[in-house]
Amino acid sequence: MTVLLVALGAAVGAPLRYAVAMSLDGRVRFPAGTLLVNVVGSGLFGTFAALALGDAGWALLGAGFCGAFTSFSSFAVQTVERSGRAATAYVVATTVLATVACALGWTIGTHWGGVG
Amino acid sequence: MSARALRGTDLLLVAAGGALGAALRVVVDAAAPDTLVPWPTLAINVVGAFLLGLLPALAAVRRSRRVALAIGPGLLGGFTTVSAWVGQVRDLADTGHADLAGLYLALTLAAGLGAAALGQHIAHAPEPRGALE
Repeated sequence: MTVLLVALGAAVGAPLRYAVAMSLDGRVRFPAGTLLVNVVGSGLFGTFAALALGDAGWALLGAGFCGAFTSFSSFAVQTVERSGRAATAYVVATTVLATVACALGWTIGTHWGGVG
Repeated sequence: MSARALRGTDLLLVAAGGALGAALRVVVDAAAPDTLVPWPTLAINVVGAFLLGLLPALAAVRRSRRVALAIGPGLLGGFTTVSAWVGQVRDLADTGHADLAGLYLALTLAAGLGAAALGQHIAHAPEPRGALE
């Protein structure tokens, strides 16, 4: 049951990531779409974690939707396809912004009456 | 990846691959013993990054754009995750393990980027330079 809910959430998150990446990654030299998806998905993940959704809700929204909306493999390959300063900037931007977004999401979630 | 019109079938292929990849991720996670450092997620991200780098070497992927979509942004995109990674970093830091949080963050980056580079190197090795660009 849990695995099915994860698959269901991912079936929405993964194509949404693909759509955003297709729309934004090609326009600028920087993979802005994947960066955006990874930052927004990490922020939502933090919020959902703080809200203590229960097993089913977490499987659908946290592990499923956010897990598949964000992608480490794309981030890693996009990084090694770049060189020097561009690669470093992409790694720093993704890591710092995703971590900050997650912490911010968690704070917002706890203020909404979660596990805080 | 260039900006072009999104096709419904493409989105469905990514959705199907992503659903399978995410299900695999939670199955691996559930099968592994519960540890302070989330080794399963680390392994998932490193293996997924390696395979995505290696992907152009697969004959089926080179022949079919649809297979490439289902496996790349689909299966491997859904299998690997940035949100759980940074969520675990936040969790470790918040529960008094700031040192482990930093170590886990750095280890995932180093191993994941190294794995992606290795996969790409293997995929591109037998080809004349630029053949797959």
